[in-house]
Amino acid sequence: MRLVAKDLIVARADRIFFRGVEFGVEEGEALLVTGPNGVGKSTLLRMIAGLLAVPGGRITLEGMDDRSLGEASHYLGHRNAMKHDMSVRENLIFWKQFMHDDRFGNGAPLFEATESLGLGGLEHLPFGYLSAGQQRRMAMARLLMVHRPVWILDEPTAALDAASSEMFAGLVRRHMSDGGVVVAATHQPLGLDAAHSLALDPNDRAVEFAADPFAQDDVA
Amino acid sequence: MGALFVRDLKLSLRAGGGALLGILFFLAVIAVIPFGVGPDLNLLARIGPAFVWIGALLASLLGLDRLFQIDREDGSLDIMLMQSTPLVLTVLVKCLAHWTATGLPLVIASPFLGLFMNISGVAMAAVFVTLLVGSPAITLIGAVGAAVAVALPRGGLLLAVLVLPLSIPVLIFGVSAVNGAIAEPAPFLQPFLILVAITLFFAVLGPLAAAAALRASSD
Repeated sequence: MRLVAKDLIVARADRIFFRGVEFGVEEGEALLVTGPNGVGKSTLLRMIAGLLAVPGGRITLEGMDDRSLGEASHYLGHRNAMKHDMSVRENLIFWKQFMHDDRFGNGAPLFEATESLGLGGLEHLPFGYLSAGQQRRMAMARLLMVHRPVWILDEPTAALDAASSEMFAGLVRRHMSDGGVVVAATHQPLGLDAAHSLALDPNDRAVEFAADPFAQDDVA
Repeated sequence: MGALFVRDLKLSLRAGGGALLGILFFLAVIAVIPFGVGPDLNLLARIGPAFVWIGALLASLLGLDRLFQIDREDGSLDIMLMQSTPLVLTVLVKCLAHWTATGLPLVIASPFLGLFMNISGVAMAAVFVTLLVGSPAITLIGAVGAAVAVALPRGGLLLAVLVLPLSIPVLIFGVSAVNGAIAEPAPFLQPFLILVAITLFFAVLGPLAAAAALRASSD
């Protein structure tokens, strides 16, 4: 499995952010998309998830038969995709059933997933009762409960405290060591090994695909 | 898909879901008509079925604008768009759940509201049956409007403007089938079958158009 972008144009509506974006991410690797606010990180991620039309070039997931990149991916955007009026359990079980958990292999059961995020015992509460950070972590439980090889994360740790961020980084590392691919837009170092970086520079509209700027050793 | 049906049903029946709102609106519309028209029982019996139909039509438009909007606002729609499950099917199931939570109670309430209008027993039965068959069409047409207006903060009014003209055939054949059941020379079966055909037609076209509109709106 390999996530490849070739000669990609990143654009939203009529505004072109970048041309000729290229990257290749292997199994067990991560791509960190960095750059200032408004540079087009979220747009790129939504294009990878298949939520925005690709105006030029292509993004493909090689070695996945004819499955589309969208259905093989988890997308954790700014919004949590959880209903405030339903309990955490109802929310998560719904996604597990709706997303057909067995399609790419099996995810963790509910209690194991919430336990991994340090929120065991809160499953019966309405989602709206949780704090912003707890809501974010519960939304992450979806990534564990439904197995998808590619994780697309848009500033996943923005609302989290340091300990929770570290906990989440551990889960991402585990996903990568299980052969998953991670694409994350982030301002904070996630502490991942085997990470490439895609630095989006708004001034000269340049894109630099290189080794992780946060990491010390060279993995590219 | 069963999971989606159950979830949407739960959400509309819980507080803030708006399933009861339609019934209350329906009741309010029908209850004020005799005050406006006056106590002429024969006149009420004659125009009653049409008013019950119009009331049900307007009441089923309430809450339709939220059909996709709530899922868009919290990001659920993004995830639904990414799945291999055809979006058309997802839309159809959402429509079914919405109709079960809001349309079906209107259908069940219609004979009782017919009492306000001095409608005969036969006419009550005819209103019930035609609404049962015709009201899904309104939800399915409304889904297209809801999908088009999904990104607009005040989509409700636009939805009514888009949906009402398209639902006029449903109203015409629904009411004429009821009139056929009570007035002797007019036929019941022919307009009724056309009503069935309209519902089946929109069961195909509605989800297709709504899915296309949702895809186009996912910025």
